[in-house]
Amino acid sequence: MSKDNQILEEFTSKEYEHGWSVNYEADEAPIGLNEEIIRWISAKKEEPQWLLDWRLKAFRAWEKMTEPEWANVHYPKIDLQKLRYYSAPKQSKKPKNLDEVDPELLQIYERLGISLNEQKRLQGIAVDAVLDSVSVGTTFKETLGKLGIIFCSFSEAVHNHPELVKKYLGSVVPMTDNYYAALNSAVFSDGSFCYIPKGVRCPMELSTYFRINAANTGQFERTLIVADEGSYCSYLEGCTAPQRDENQLHAAVVEIFAAKDAEVKYSTVQNWFPGDKEGKGGIFNFVTKRGICFGDNSKISWTQVETGSAVTWKYPSCILKGDNSIGEFYSVAVTNNYQQADTGTKMIHIGKNTKSRIVSKGISAGKSQNSYRGQVQVMKRAHNARNFSQCDSLLMGSKCGAHTFPYIDIQNSTAKVEHEATTSKIGEDQLFYCNQRGIATEDAVALIVNGYAKEVLNQLPMEFAVEAQKLLALTLEGSVG
Amino acid sequence: MTTITKDNITDSLLATVHPNGNSEAAQVIRENGFPTTKHEEYKFTNITKRIESKIQSFQQAKPLGLTQQDVSKAMIKDLDADVVVFNNGQFSAELSSLGEGYAVTNVTNSEAPFSIKDLYDDSYLALNKASFEKGVFIQVPKNKVLDKPVLLLNLVKANDGQLITPKLWIDCAENTEAVFIEQTVSQDEQAYLLNGSVEIKTASNSHIHYYRVQNQNNEALEVNNLLTDIHRDSTFTSFVLSLEGDMIRNNVTLNLLDSGCEGNMYGLYLLGGKTHVDNHTNVDHTKPHSESNELYKGVLADTSRGVFNGKIFVREDAQKTNAFQQNNNILLSDEATINTKPQLEIWADDVKCSHGCTTGQLDEEALFYLQARGIDKKQGKALLLYAFAGDVLEHLKIEAFKEYCIDLVQKKLGTNF
Repeated sequence: MSKDNQILEEFTSKEYEHGWSVNYEADEAPIGLNEEIIRWISAKKEEPQWLLDWRLKAFRAWEKMTEPEWANVHYPKIDLQKLRYYSAPKQSKKPKNLDEVDPELLQIYERLGISLNEQKRLQGIAVDAVLDSVSVGTTFKETLGKLGIIFCSFSEAVHNHPELVKKYLGSVVPMTDNYYAALNSAVFSDGSFCYIPKGVRCPMELSTYFRINAANTGQFERTLIVADEGSYCSYLEGCTAPQRDENQLHAAVVEIFAAKDAEVKYSTVQNWFPGDKEGKGGIFNFVTKRGICFGDNSKISWTQVETGSAVTWKYPSCILKGDNSIGEFYSVAVTNNYQQADTGTKMIHIGKNTKSRIVSKGISAGKSQNSYRGQVQVMKRAHNARNFSQCDSLLMGSKCGAHTFPYIDIQNSTAKVEHEATTSKIGEDQLFYCNQRGIATEDAVALIVNGYAKEVLNQLPMEFAVEAQKLLALTLEGSVG
Repeated sequence: MTTITKDNITDSLLATVHPNGNSEAAQVIRENGFPTTKHEEYKFTNITKRIESKIQSFQQAKPLGLTQQDVSKAMIKDLDADVVVFNNGQFSAELSSLGEGYAVTNVTNSEAPFSIKDLYDDSYLALNKASFEKGVFIQVPKNKVLDKPVLLLNLVKANDGQLITPKLWIDCAENTEAVFIEQTVSQDEQAYLLNGSVEIKTASNSHIHYYRVQNQNNEALEVNNLLTDIHRDSTFTSFVLSLEGDMIRNNVTLNLLDSGCEGNMYGLYLLGGKTHVDNHTNVDHTKPHSESNELYKGVLADTSRGVFNGKIFVREDAQKTNAFQQNNNILLSDEATINTKPQLEIWADDVKCSHGCTTGQLDEEALFYLQARGIDKKQGKALLLYAFAGDVLEHLKIEAFKEYCIDLVQKKLGTNF
């Protein structure tokens, strides 16, 4: 027992490695939330009238909504009037390319291990970096431009490609979808926009890196990915935040639109600051992610590794509208200390011969609560729909909790739907087996957890898989139950 | 949390509360109102609205002029059992034929023998507690093994009022064994609301079975609450077979309060027409070394709807718990709907819990195999469906009752599907 305690101690005292913050001059909106602020943000970003109208419409709808309480998470109420809704690093003029971006800002990303400059060229990943409310810079624009791929910050897209933004904005996640999506629609500051033209296979991974730096600032970014007929892209998202005592709010919206024969793969490694070991501070991560397989034979695949955030509330979903379309959801959610996660997916089968697959692996340690909440819905006309769901929970320590809330709603007699869930801890026989072969208990745990999560980690692009594996090992090191 | 529905239905139902009725329960209703689909527990079963549209007379149905002959007609064939008769929900000592060695007493509304905590403050349960007229209290004394099952026969018919409110308590002392079979027999095809509840308490080392058959008329609305507190080394098994009715809601709650407890819940629903059956089950593991098994199967045809929600709670203390749950469904029509939600909530780490849930259809190849051997499609279908559904019945203990259920199931599968 004493050894266990010692290991646990070591583990829980592990610091959050991205917990630093940088002082830079920032352009900030006044604190509070009202129509004026929205007009202020919109004016700041020199947005066209239609977008301002759209924001105001969302705001008015939001005012009538109440905060949802159904999720299996508990947290102090957020006073949305005490938040700042816009914070941007001050730059004397708009940078035309990365060379003109303030070196100090680039350094922030260097520290995170994300170079917006040369190094990335070797790795072949195009990065859009978002700091607090605005996109700092996007790499590889030209290379992608040759193929007709648009990958830029959301504000740029609004100016340069208004017809695309206008067409697809809010088409997957309507502005009134839910409380946080409506709030995001009203105040979103920036984010990434991505358009893959017909028949183009994006040659490199597209990636967005989010960083919250300023205190008391909510981050509300919006990502819109449109994959036109027969195109393919793989998209990565990463996030970190400084270590602060107060909770910070992150309410993003991600929309994916897949036309006929298109495929989008979206991977997230979420490592927001989870709060300290007493459960103080940390990010509230209330995110709406949804994709629509609009055309026939399209495919959307979500992969997520969730290790951060004090409270997570997130359900990346697929609407399978096109015939023969496919939706996938792979998730590893790790919670430790006082973290709470309520995450899962929705698969809505509308088209014929649609398929979906859900693999969710929850790992809870410390005093954390980990919930899987999912819905598989087969509509009346979705003939031959097929779903397989598996959600497993691994418990480490006797004070944590694992919960599953799967909703399965079937209205078609040709549907084949399977769901299975298990909850267990790491078996003593498994540990013993490893020990006997000279593997220390701690390594054995890492080994077993890695094996447990392998099915999901395998879905990640190489770059991320390595990071995710490291994160997992770091988060769970020593938490022998 | 609960949304109050149109005031008139709450008022109409509240007006049926007995003058001496449980005031606490009435308070629950006043606070919560009756659930609508906004209420998570009643998301798919809008029984309150159904009641509003089908029930005109919000009064307790008056007892019927029943004779011993009516009772024998309602008996289960070949079943040798003691009989406790409820006449429109009210206990009738005259019509009952009781066995030796255990006590059956009449309970009026002011004197509930005990009350088992309801996790959800269900307003229908509260209504049952506050408005029943003549309930029954069955006490099985220490070391008593009942040699015959007890048949709880509920003869019902809308009569000067469409509310029927049977209420039953069962208290089993140490080292007891008993089987209870509940059968409701509808005397005609009129609509009524049967709002029943059963509260069961077992001391240590008692082994209790509670079976229920629901094959009433197709206008019947029903809400049933079965709550049990189980103590050390005891087992409790519930079974429900749902075949007919308009809208039926069954809540089963098993509180496993000590170690060595075993709780089993079995259910089978074969639905046609527009029948809507909702099974909500809860197992609460509170102490180490207990076990629960759950198996619910359903076949849904026409425009029927099945709802299944199985909750398993494993509390912090309940290490070494084994909990298994399974729900399998076959849909025979595109108009039929199944909403299922198997739910696990676990706060202890050294446990083995799993749930599985499937929805599918008959294997075309198996059907073809049978047809190729000269079995017609309809019969082949019935055979395959029986193969799917039949294993739930294997868990039944009383042979005559099992035969009765098999017969009912085969008949239903052979004709209606």
